[in-house]
Order: sequence, then C-alpha cells, then structure tokens
Amino acid sequence: MAKEIYSRYPMVKYLRKEALPTALCPGCGGGTVLNAFANAIDQLRIDPKDLVVVSGIGCSAWIASPYFLADTLHTTHGRAIAFATGVKVGLPDKKVVVISGDGDLASIGGNHLIHAARRNIDITVILVNNMIYGMTGGQVAPTTPFGAKTTTTPYRNIEHPLQISETVAAAGASYVARWTTAHVYQLIESIKKALQVRGFSLVEVVSQCPVQFGRRNRMKEPAEMLRWFLKNSVPISKAKKMSPEELEGKFVIGEFVNRERPEFVSEINKLIEEVQEHFGLKGE
Amino acid sequence: MIIRGDEPEQIRLIKKLYKPGNYFMQGNEAVAYGAIFAGCRFYAGYPITPSSEIAETMARELPKLGGYYLQMEDEIGSIAAMVGASWTGLKVMTATAGPGFSLMQENLGYAVMTETPLVLVDVQRSGPSTGQATKGAQGDFFQARWGTHGDHPIVAVSPTSGQDAFWETIRAFNIAERLRTPVVMLFDGVLAHTRELVKIPDVEEVEIAYRKLPQNEGEAKLPFGDPHGDGIPPMPLFGHGYFTHVTGSTHKENGLRDVYTPEVHDRLVRRLHRKIEQNRHVYEKYEEHFTDDAEILVVSWGVTARPALGAVLKAREEGIKAGLFVPKTVHPFPGERMRALGKKVRAVLVPEMNLGQMILEVQRFVNDDVLLKGVNKIGGVPLTVKEILREIRGVA
Repeated sequence: MAKEIYSRYPMVKYLRKEALPTALCPGCGGGTVLNAFANAIDQLRIDPKDLVVVSGIGCSAWIASPYFLADTLHTTHGRAIAFATGVKVGLPDKKVVVISGDGDLASIGGNHLIHAARRNIDITVILVNNMIYGMTGGQVAPTTPFGAKTTTTPYRNIEHPLQISETVAAAGASYVARWTTAHVYQLIESIKKALQVRGFSLVEVVSQCPVQFGRRNRMKEPAEMLRWFLKNSVPISKAKKMSPEELEGKFVIGEFVNRERPEFVSEINKLIEEVQEHFGLKGE
Repeated sequence: MIIRGDEPEQIRLIKKLYKPGNYFMQGNEAVAYGAIFAGCRFYAGYPITPSSEIAETMARELPKLGGYYLQMEDEIGSIAAMVGASWTGLKVMTATAGPGFSLMQENLGYAVMTETPLVLVDVQRSGPSTGQATKGAQGDFFQARWGTHGDHPIVAVSPTSGQDAFWETIRAFNIAERLRTPVVMLFDGVLAHTRELVKIPDVEEVEIAYRKLPQNEGEAKLPFGDPHGDGIPPMPLFGHGYFTHVTGSTHKENGLRDVYTPEVHDRLVRRLHRKIEQNRHVYEKYEEHFTDDAEILVVSWGVTARPALGAVLKAREEGIKAGLFVPKTVHPFPGERMRALGKKVRAVLVPEMNLGQMILEVQRFVNDDVLLKGVNKIGGVPLTVKEILREIRGVA
C-alpha cells in the first residue's frame, strides 16, 4: 500500500515519509491544501532547502509541519507569524511560509496577523479557515458562520464571523486572496503568486471539516461541504456590486489585493546600510 | 569574536564605535553594551518600564553593527521572534519587566523544550500586577524559576551593579550558547536607572562562546540527541538543508513529535534536566566576602547585595564576625556551597526587596539549629546599609 502511494503520487517526494500517514481525518480539506502547496512549490521549482515552514497549534498547523520536508518550526498557539518574523529577518533569502488555521492565526494570533500585514514582512501565510476549532473538539471559532451549531454554541452561534482576507487587506498586506478547497487550481495559482510577491501575502483557504463542522450543520459528507462552498462562492468582482444583505453567508473568492509596498526586511537592511554609511562604518 | 564567520568585521566595528575606558552610564545601558560585546545582533522587544532604555540603546546601536532591532506588537511576539531568529544562528535578546515577563512565560517554556539559546532580561519592578510600575523590586525570583509550566530546568543570573551587569550579560549569552538553553537575567529597576561608572573593556579581552553545531550529517539528523554525552545536542541551524523539525511537543531525538510514548517524554525531559545539572561548571557563580571566619552570614542577591556588603563591612568595624554570600547565578541555586557555609555559622540573614523569596532556597540548605531570618522591604525603595546592619547587630 505504502509503496503504491509513493510510486503513484509524485508530490510525495516533498513529504517527510517517516511522519506519514497524516493525522488528518478522512475528508479533511487539509490534504487538499498540502497538495496545492506542494504543487505550487513544484511548479515554481523552489528547492525545499530554500524554504522554512512555520505553524502554530491545531489540525491545520500539522499540514506542513511535520509533513512537509523542509526546515519546519511548530510553535505555540497563535504565535506562528511572530516566530516566522524572526526567521525571516535571520534568513532574508529564504521563503518563509506560515501554514496554520483560522483559530490559530486569526483568533489568538490575530494581533500578530494584522501587525505582520502592517509591517509588510515578506512572509507567505496560508490560512486554512475551516470555521471551527477542529482538534479541540468542534468549539465555536471567530470565523464560525452566524447561526451555525458547534459544541460551544449548541443552540446557534450569535456572533458574527471575522472576515479575515478583508481585515488583512485593510491592514496593509501586499497580496491577499481567498479560495475554497473546491477551487484547487485557482488556489495553486494564488499560492504561487503569494510566494513570489515581495511583501506580506495571505492566501485564505475556506476548507471543509466534515467531522466537527459538517456533522453538526447538516453536511456530514465532505462532498456536501464542497458543494456548499461552490454554491455560495461569489467572485470578488461580482461581490463589489452586491449589498451586505445579499452577501450574508456567502464566500467572497478571488484576489483582494495585489500591490507593491515597501517590505520590512528590505527596509531594515536598507536602514542598516544608511546608518553605517552615516557613521562612516563601511569597511575600508 | 562576535558573529561566527563575521568576527574580524565585527571586532573592527566595535573597536571603532566603543573606545575602552570609563563611562558614566545607566545599568540598562550597561546591559545593552554587554549584549553587543557578547555578539547579540537581534533584539525583539516591547517597551515596558523600567527596562525601556535597554530597547532604546539597542535600537540606536544595533544598526551600526549590522544588527536588527524589532519592536514587536507585544511581549509574546517578542520572544517568539527571538526563537525564530535564534534558529537562524543569531544571538538574540529581549528585555522586559514583571508583567511582560509573565506574558513571555509560555514561549520561555517553548525555548526550554526546543533548546533554543536566548537571553531574557527581566528588569524587576514592584508588583503584583501593575504595582508600582516605576519602582524596583526583587519579586520575580520564583517567576524566573517556575513561571512557565511543566517540569523544566532554568538558568538565571543576577548582577549587582552597572559594571557587573555588563559582564553578567556577556556571561548570560555564553551560558545560553554553551548549554543551548534560554537564560534569564534578573535585573531590577533600581540598578537599571542608577548611573554609575562602567568600565568598557577592549573587545578582544571578552571571551565569547558559541553554540555547538553539528559536525556531520548524522549529528544534524538528531537535533535533540546527545552524541557527546554532555546532554547538549549540536544545533542544526535553519537554512542549511538539514530539514530540521522543531516542535514544543514532546519529540524524539530526530525532532519528530511523539506524545504517546511515556519513555520518549521521560527521556527528553530528564535529559533537559541532566543537561543543566551535569554542566554546573558552565554557569555556577557566587561571590564571598569574609566567609572564612564568619559567625553571621548575610546571603543576598542583585541590588540588595550592595547595601548588604556595606553592612557587613560596618559590622566588621564593630568587631562582629559577619560575612556575605552572593549567588550570581541564582538558579540553579548554589546549594552545595550554601550548605557548607551554613554549617560554619550560627545565624543567616537574607535581605531582599520582597517579602521573602530567595530565603526559601537558603532554607533548603541550612540546618534547623541555624538562626535564619529574612530582612525584607517592599515599596520600591532599596534596603539601606543601616537597615541591614541593625539586623546583623540584632543577632550578634
């Protein structure tokens, strides 16, 4: 069986074989994200030796750490982007990627997310938004849709979900895109763009969690959740002409931002140059 | 030598920027210059009184040396960024005060578990909570030891003056690098803001240590192994193609997570403890004054060690056989020396700017027939020579 997998799937060369099989549940969107990320790396011909992948805590944090074969830093809950900031400053020539979940990056880690976007540090964040706390048992998340049922909103969720991509775009990121796991090819293209942008980039992937979310919200099968994504996805161009009421419960997909802004690590190195120049410290 | 591979350039820069000699500076500045001489080239922090001048000095000086100053969004992000930077090979530091130290505790535990060298300076201020934000204290003795969760070892050093702060900061870096572990420096608000004479040495007189790097592929593949039997694994840095996996979860020698096998957790956490225990020679340090014939022993640390020395000198003038023992590395506590000294004296006094913290460590090592007494003062004002001398006379 294992032999068959290794010979049939070329992307498996990017995985840490001793860590397989993955701990992800059957039907989880995490596999799609890992596959899309591996394909993006493959298509861009990025050597995994030039990659550092950082993640926090939760199901989505496991997607690339430990499974992706690169230097991987599996950090404390919510802090992946802050750890990645230190890595990027130390290794400005490497691609630093954060892959983690909505609970991790946008809830407990929300502060680091918006400040990294503001700073525009050259880190690519792939944020897997499954709208629930999966690993801890299906509790409500800041991304859980209004009215949805979870283990801690057994009657219904009375809070409004955080719009992550909109928030990060407003905070100053260079590149922001949102897709769902039902938009695999668009997702790969966005990850590729994000990896090439010089600045903070976020790719939000709305992903299915049939076990913790779907089961409690009349979508037990993974395919039902994917159909839900497809039916309710609205391209951003179309969404711009829609009212907030019409957009309630919809997934706005596409590129939110793609722009050039001064990047943090370049700026810090430029500053060092200027300061050394000013004080006459340049090598003789 | 400063940054590995970059030594001649860094020595040239330091020689050009900081002439050896006597300077009049704050304790906080002395900490910052100590860090610079030790090779610190990455500082991530969040401003908090009374530590802020350390950040300000680093922000001003680091760019001159090609180093990085990052003001993070909070203390949690600061220590997180330090861990990330340390895995790229940089020597890293942050400085904070009590409330910020509390916020850093989770990631301090992460640094212990992942064996990440870093220096965390806690400029102690009065508490609990916001307390007297601008006043000094010595109330974080046990926060340094037990602030993070789980069974973990920690090394903490504590300087007694501005000059001492310069050298103790360098020592903190060397311990962190040699043992591949976080080191806490317990400084305090009084010394932090006291301006006094600090002698800056020639950079080539400063001994600088570096973390052990893997010597071959086999060592690189076991980032949490113990190939040399000293409990200290070589550190495969990020960006060298080793494909290192680092996690705060219980991990095997190859770095991969295994939280289900009791033996794996037992082996890892016991090695972390053994690493600190068996390398006591790397970090153990204390000062002694008149302990040879002392009948009354004063045991003190940090800022309070100074009026304590004054009191002991005065007591000697009065013919009282008093002595002073100052642990410079306060965790792990120099228990064996304390035990030996405790056997020779009839009274032990422990002055501290708190309601009695280090005295609990002292108590573990002195017999019941010795009179043990704390000399405690809180409110943000340091103990005076007079106050300590009065207590010495009281037991003489």
